[in-house]
Amino acid sequence: MLNINIQHAMLTSEGKKTLEVNTEIETQELLCLFGHSGAGKTTLLRILAGLTKPDKGRIVFDDTVWFDSDKKINLPPQKRNVGFMFQDYALFPNMSVERNISFAQKEKDTAEVEKLISLFDLQSLKKQKPDKLSGGQKQRVALARALAAKPTLLMLDEPLSALDWDMRTELQDEIIKAHLLLNTVTLLVSHDIQEVHKVASSVMMLKNGEVIKCGVPAEVFNATN
Amino acid sequence: MDKYFIDTLLLTGRLAGWTTLILFLIGLPIAYLLAYKRFWFKPVVEALISMPLVLPPTVLGFYMLMAYSPQNALGRFLQQTFDVRLAFSFEGVLIASVVFSLPFMIQPLQNGLTSIPTTLREASYTLGKSEIDTFVRVLMPNMIPSIITAIAMTFAHCIGEFGVVIMVGGNIPAETRVASIAIYDEVQSLNYEVANQYSFVLFIISMVILTIIYSINGKKKIFF
Repeated sequence: MLNINIQHAMLTSEGKKTLEVNTEIETQELLCLFGHSGAGKTTLLRILAGLTKPDKGRIVFDDTVWFDSDKKINLPPQKRNVGFMFQDYALFPNMSVERNISFAQKEKDTAEVEKLISLFDLQSLKKQKPDKLSGGQKQRVALARALAAKPTLLMLDEPLSALDWDMRTELQDEIIKAHLLLNTVTLLVSHDIQEVHKVASSVMMLKNGEVIKCGVPAEVFNATN
Repeated sequence: MDKYFIDTLLLTGRLAGWTTLILFLIGLPIAYLLAYKRFWFKPVVEALISMPLVLPPTVLGFYMLMAYSPQNALGRFLQQTFDVRLAFSFEGVLIASVVFSLPFMIQPLQNGLTSIPTTLREASYTLGKSEIDTFVRVLMPNMIPSIITAIAMTFAHCIGEFGVVIMVGGNIPAETRVASIAIYDEVQSLNYEVANQYSFVLFIISMVILTIIYSINGKKKIFF
């Protein structure tokens, strides 16, 4: 279970806002963060990954305290065992597709790398460097790499935005599969209501840093409409 | 070519080579700190490192010479404790050369590091890799043109160094008499032919190094 109770001042295009999130996310939940740009979705993911330090609060994953401003605890990203897929994919330009994926592994496991490569249909690209890949191909590699680390918390920042409809549908299935495989918490940022309905078990709607709705997608979107 | 001429060129190469190697080893961590860490006295450190770009070499040479003097604390300490006298020695010139070439090594390395997207570092951290692991396996391989530029610029600058060497090292054959000083010395003795030989060699070396740098930067436009 992921327990989040944080406050963090952020600068948006509409001026200073405070991101304030107080929630509990159950293990096995695939939660979608939904909201306009500047709502705080990416900031929340960065805070959970340990890349941005919140001003105040506490984050506990299962029994491990990741952040506690009162006790001055702030686990670095390396010790949180998260999988983070960045909006710009952040693939390492010096490494091939295969090496990008194996880099994520704590212990070398070639069979596992091959499994991910075939799961994401990357066989013909595995020796290619990222600069030779299309946007969609990069996204698939980034997703495979995030899974290769076997994270306890998987975070995907708009993972499917650069894909065409077919590939998008296919990868939505892969995300669900990966989520079930990892048997953990998955957070996904998306702007696509259809996508949220398809993949998410619950949705958190953010506006100007505040959580305005949280629940199963059907309820949240019906109430909003 | 006579032995004297070869010795001078070898000494010049030895000074530039050692300076470049030492600066590369200390330049990488310094560039890393300046590129990624925030500390209150960072502008002072940056200013000190860049000083050789604006300061006359003779000023730095003068201060180094004063520091090396046995009449001052550092020089006295070195002489009494280690029996080392840095003034007018190769080692003394080497230290001064390292200080004087700092910006030529650190600035390209720092620029190279800051030009790498932050998310690459962050991705590596979230994948459990330490800062050192990330530096060696992610950052360094993605800034190779900057590393080549830094090494080549430092080497080329050292080969042409005159003011600091003459202040700290004087003109001692096979010890501190590098090519740039030999040129000056030969001209003073009206020995233009030898001065021309030295000058031609320095001209060619500098030209080759700069051509290499510009051809690398032409391919990957990230530096300068």
